[in-house]
Amino acid sequence: MTYVRPSFRHPALPKNALGYSVDHYEGTLSTLCAGCGHDSISAAIAQACFETNIEPHRVAKLSGIGCSSKTPAYFLSNSHGFNSVHGRMPSVATGANLANRDLIYFGVSGDGDTASIGMGQFVHVIRRNLNMVYLVMNNGCYGLTKGQDSATADAGSKNKSGSVNLFESIDLASLAIELGATFVAQSFSGDKTQLVPLIKAAMSHPGFAFVNVISPCVTFNNNPGSTKSYDYVRDHMETTAMMDFVPIAREIKAEYDEGTVEDIAMHDGSHIRLHKLEKDWDPLNRISAMNAVQNSRVKGEILTGLLYVDPDTSDLHDLIQTNERPLNTLTKAELCPGSDILTKINAGLR
Amino acid sequence: MSNNGHKTNDFVVRFANVNGTGSASANALFTKAVFRMGIPVTPKNIFPSNIQGLPTWYEVRVSEKGYRGRREGIDLMIAVNPQSMPNDYADVRAGGYFLYDSSKPLPPEYDREDITEIGIPLMALCNAQFSDARQRQLFKNIVYIGALSALCDIEFPVLESLIGEQFKGKEKLIEPNIKALKMGVDYVLENFKCPLDIRLERRDLLGDRILFSGNSACALGAIYAGATVAAWYPITPSTSVVDAFSKYASKYRVDPVTGKNNYAIVQAEDELAAIGMVIGANWNGARSFTSTSGPGVSLMNEFLGLAYFSEVPTVLIDVQRTGPSTGMPTRTQQSDILEAAYASHGDTKHPLLFPASPKECFELTADAFDLTEKLQTPVIVMTDLDLGMNDHVTQPLVWDDTRQYDRGKVLTTEQLERLTGTQVSNLQAGEAPTNGNGSSTQPLEQFNGKYGRYLDIDNDGIPYRTIPGTHPSRGAFVTRGSSRDEYARYTEDGDTYRRNMDRLMRKWDTAKEMMPRPEFYQEANASKNAVIFFGTSTYAAEEAIELLADEGIKLDAMRPRAFPFCKSFIDFVDSHERVFVIEQNRDAQFKSLMMIELGTNPAKLVSVLNYDGTPITADEILNQIQADLK
Repeated sequence: MTYVRPSFRHPALPKNALGYSVDHYEGTLSTLCAGCGHDSISAAIAQACFETNIEPHRVAKLSGIGCSSKTPAYFLSNSHGFNSVHGRMPSVATGANLANRDLIYFGVSGDGDTASIGMGQFVHVIRRNLNMVYLVMNNGCYGLTKGQDSATADAGSKNKSGSVNLFESIDLASLAIELGATFVAQSFSGDKTQLVPLIKAAMSHPGFAFVNVISPCVTFNNNPGSTKSYDYVRDHMETTAMMDFVPIAREIKAEYDEGTVEDIAMHDGSHIRLHKLEKDWDPLNRISAMNAVQNSRVKGEILTGLLYVDPDTSDLHDLIQTNERPLNTLTKAELCPGSDILTKINAGLR
Repeated sequence: MSNNGHKTNDFVVRFANVNGTGSASANALFTKAVFRMGIPVTPKNIFPSNIQGLPTWYEVRVSEKGYRGRREGIDLMIAVNPQSMPNDYADVRAGGYFLYDSSKPLPPEYDREDITEIGIPLMALCNAQFSDARQRQLFKNIVYIGALSALCDIEFPVLESLIGEQFKGKEKLIEPNIKALKMGVDYVLENFKCPLDIRLERRDLLGDRILFSGNSACALGAIYAGATVAAWYPITPSTSVVDAFSKYASKYRVDPVTGKNNYAIVQAEDELAAIGMVIGANWNGARSFTSTSGPGVSLMNEFLGLAYFSEVPTVLIDVQRTGPSTGMPTRTQQSDILEAAYASHGDTKHPLLFPASPKECFELTADAFDLTEKLQTPVIVMTDLDLGMNDHVTQPLVWDDTRQYDRGKVLTTEQLERLTGTQVSNLQAGEAPTNGNGSSTQPLEQFNGKYGRYLDIDNDGIPYRTIPGTHPSRGAFVTRGSSRDEYARYTEDGDTYRRNMDRLMRKWDTAKEMMPRPEFYQEANASKNAVIFFGTSTYAAEEAIELLADEGIKLDAMRPRAFPFCKSFIDFVDSHERVFVIEQNRDAQFKSLMMIELGTNPAKLVSVLNYDGTPITADEILNQIQADLK
């Protein structure tokens, strides 16, 4: 069932540099449960695209299967979307990106879609450093099939039916850093102030950008004993840094204390401005990023913010030396060797 | 061709080697020399699933009549593998020849009176002439080729020029190779009466034909058809498709100005990812393909269902091999027919193409890219190990430079810009649209101002697609594997789902007459009995038809090249009382396809089957048909 969103918008909604108001970045009305963290993330994605003046049709939205994977319908209705098969979004995104390197690829997945059935593809899309945003809406459970534990549920956490998860959880952010992801961030669906700049930075990153967002499941995993509930996450969030994303050629207005501010220049000329809260953490250093994540895990806390970034990275196209022009724009004249060459090939086979 | 008792240009040689000993290139030299002498020749590799140390055979049929299938009965065995020697010895036909390495004497049990033994001390000769151990091993192979040159009358200058071409750029290797050839020549001239009664004589029977493998031809077809994205996972016997694509692409697809690649090849983590990438690339407007074999097709089933239902073009090349599971991965079979035709869950079916020669591998692969975009559904090219990995004498490849890539119904930015007019925006999801009256003259107007991804504007079941990034405000939609209406909006409404499935069936009907036509072997039907064969059964079937005709048994013949079946296919089946269906699998899968799709009466269909992993022979066909007609 699709619901019709009311078409009335306040005429005085602010407009971005392209003349669009934020509603231009919305999608159809969500069919997820009321209060679902995923809807806040969809709104954050729309907000990030609005603020960075992105033409929606220059974005391709891709997803697998699950509650999270339904969301591409709920933001950017002027973008093409591909709701593919369970756990296989990375491969579809890889093919799409190879066909046209000029679009922004936004992949949305869930913890079941990524950490279980899709683990193989998740691992390999990181290895290839595909230029995309890979956002996991992580709630530690399977919502669409009514609340089974997922592989990111913490050992010892209790689900709605009261049963305790026996198995170790997979920490996707640690895994992404370990595998060589060149942008790894973690956030909480209830913290839009942090999430929007992270998404903006992820979109400007020239390689694989992983954003793990804890997004409580209000229906099946928002109970006492769950480490993915709103209350638990609010109480246990530890932030690496306050963060601003500064688009290309904008003046940086810092209001942080001196000595704690770090500017990271992104490939496209934009900047990430960080106000560090964690002392022993350097976002450009994989080892200290890994240590910081592990230290907070030991304390039962969730470290959020930008965890690691390598702004000067080479994506898959750089590695395999594809043409700067998108492959899907090449013409027959550029692709077909023609009959003269075929005559020569024939001659070589006699 | 019998000539004073001599079997000139009509014999079978089998080389029995140990794999990994460099025999492949020496044996190929023999084939190429016969080819250069203008005589029809067909080599077959019969090799183990192993890298080094196990028995491997290379069987070459020389046939002045141009028969390209395998033939039973070995006229000359080159037995250089001690492991397989007892069987190799037994396999020589009465009156045939057994060439072996006589560095050690043959054991006493090798005592057949009905064959001629030709002992050449290959190892001793090489040990005396070459000091390096690897050279001693490699040149043993070249010495027996030299011996064959004298025994079977291979023109020595032909061998010399082939060696020269093979080692172009490594000239230092030419001299020792020629020396090894001459060692073989000299030894047999001195010790045996040359030539034997099985011998070669130069002919001009090949015209401008080429010697080429199906896998390379498929790769070249993909290059010519404009494929830019190849994703794959290694699996025998399909691996050399992408190897060849990579080789040709690095030669013909590099931008002359920037030096950058006008293609992308990704070795995926598995077959699931490979086809996912292909679907992603095609969705985004690049021509893309993957190649695999039976087990890979199984893994791709889920994604094939998605591509079918979401109507994303996809080209899959299935180089079939023997057996369920890992079966016999280095042996040939046509046993993925049903798996491919109905791959995936739910109601799905896919167009298949059945090339029978490397030339057709080239053509049908290129056609597959047009067909998949015209039909917006996966198209599977069904070859097999025999066609893919062996060299075949085939007609030269032809490309018409005026041919344009047919991208099917894709709306451009300009067309989307013109999509103005009355909006039908108030339609709810699931509600039937009112357009689609069948007129295809002005498709844009029939959208009534609102693009609908799954609207059947032309009444042929094929909707109009848009490529991401085409237009700022028109043409975007969410592609999904779950049910949706004509405007790509999610719905679980039963009527809408059924309407969509019925439209997909209309598309299937459209496909029937869009696919390549069958080949008919007669102007008009002349018999009540007919025979149907496809792919690599073709060579042996053609030979069997001639042999049967010699015995007074006349059969009308049809070689289908595609599924779904067109009207002329149905007419052919309907106008015969008895139809033999030749195929290389146990379960008569092609026959099943006819029964399922056409409702053909099973009583009139007679299966002729081969499923031992080797290519079917004319004798097998002959015997099975004769037994039935008795």
